[in-house]
Amino acid sequence: MADLIIPALLQTIYMVFFSTLFSLLLGFPMGILLVITEKNGIWEKKQLNKILNGIINALRSFPFIILMILLFPLSKLIIGKTIGTTATIVPLSIAAAPFVARVIESSLKEIDKGIIESSLAMGCSVPEIIFKVLIPESLPSLVLDVTTTIINIIGYSAMAGAIGGGGLGDVAIRYGLYRFQTDVMVVAVIVIIILVQGIQFVGNRLSTKLNKK
Amino acid sequence: MIRIENLSKTFYDENNNNIEALKNVNLEINEGEIFGIIGLSGAGKSTLIRCINRLEEPTQGKIYIQGEDITVYDKENLRNLRKNIGMIFQHFNLFSQKTVYKNIAFPLELEGLSKDEIEKRVDTLLEYVGLEDKKYAYPSQLSGGQKQRVAIARALANNPKILLSDEGTSALDPKTTKSILDLLRRTRDEFGLTIVLITHQMEVIKDICDRVAIIENGEIIEINTVEELFKNPRTKTAHEFISRIKSDITEEIIEPNESSATIVRLGYTGENAKKPIVSRMVKNFDIEVNILSGDINRLIKTSVGHLILEIQGEDEEINKAINYLISNNVNVEVM
Repeated sequence: MADLIIPALLQTIYMVFFSTLFSLLLGFPMGILLVITEKNGIWEKKQLNKILNGIINALRSFPFIILMILLFPLSKLIIGKTIGTTATIVPLSIAAAPFVARVIESSLKEIDKGIIESSLAMGCSVPEIIFKVLIPESLPSLVLDVTTTIINIIGYSAMAGAIGGGGLGDVAIRYGLYRFQTDVMVVAVIVIIILVQGIQFVGNRLSTKLNKK
Repeated sequence: MIRIENLSKTFYDENNNNIEALKNVNLEINEGEIFGIIGLSGAGKSTLIRCINRLEEPTQGKIYIQGEDITVYDKENLRNLRKNIGMIFQHFNLFSQKTVYKNIAFPLELEGLSKDEIEKRVDTLLEYVGLEDKKYAYPSQLSGGQKQRVAIARALANNPKILLSDEGTSALDPKTTKSILDLLRRTRDEFGLTIVLITHQMEVIKDICDRVAIIENGEIIEINTVEELFKNPRTKTAHEFISRIKSDITEEIIEPNESSATIVRLGYTGENAKKPIVSRMVKNFDIEVNILSGDINRLIKTSVGHLILEIQGEDEEINKAINYLISNNVNVEVM
């Protein structure tokens, strides 16, 4: 059992780690852009804001499995293949990016407008506001966003298993569902639960520790 | 120092209805002056003060600061201008995730000062506002008055020439308000700062302002020295603001005895109050005088008193009495 679960766990961690990383790289700037380009934002650009919103909503409307299949050609282009743990990182990252953009957006919007205004009054430029005000002021909330993203990606990665992505989801489906090894399925699910609980716990702790409000 | 010419600001709502927040405002604020702008909420005072550092873009008009028209400034010039204009707010607007030290250091970091220079300057400022012991505290651990002190220190960090206060004391209790106003006056006296403040509290105007503008529906309806405003308010709104400050006293006005009697409101300043003018008036003319109400307001340089008198007698005698008062520099208003 352990020879099944441990490699699968490592695959999951590998997939989730890189997918989180890339989805943040893609989604974080989008979230910031959403906030600064909106009406009365510090870099108001109505058209850009509309386009961004459109793209994000469209991407979020796709069921993950469909998106994954649609992105096979992209995975092929970037990774060189469409199946396997590494190939799965591509659709996972792209599926999670618009989610990241939205949660980042809502965290940044929580910042008191007065704080932005006083930064402007002190002569801050737009980049200075982004890096010295928006991000530091919403840091505790951003930590929770990353936590939620990781947990979401764990969920997605389990689904990715269904189409040959590997990891704990793959083991649960292949052994638990197709071979009626209920015990393997149960253990795989328990490991996922522990993983999720652990990440949430660490995220909450870190966020609370960081928050000076 | 600051000259505002024909300033107008129009907002458009979603239905494209325009709201004229400011209509053709003209103001001149002198160097080293504490200038108050008072108005009810929605009068446009907030928009007006925000135009001075262009947090709000004027629709029309010019704003000159030290002779330069700032309405034509590009982004770069505007940022430099803002670094030389400190601003404090009603809700303090401190960075909640930064310590007191980091909050005050913020504008200095923007300037690219070295760590040592920043530390030195912040320590000086902390001492100035009396918060040395709160250096590493976070804003959430401070009282309202302490937060505003930090905000003032932060606003003064770059040695600005102008300080704008957007309802800076409106969220504070009366005692704290006094201490913050004292601090503001001290900064003006010591650094020669020009302070522009907006408020809806006449107490603030009374306590620290040299001159005041009254704004109503986007228009400046009265500009006056604070002394003159209390002595002889020209507009109804000015009257209302003044009467609100002493509402506890006006309630005690005694109803006049006769409907035929003349009611006058006398306004006099410190020097006049020392002379027995009213007593002489009663002796010199054939009239009866009944005091209905009276009060004194202490201003920065002097105090202004009001008496509401009921005068009975022949019209001719009453007129003579009133002329006597006027000739003694008493402001007389027949009510």
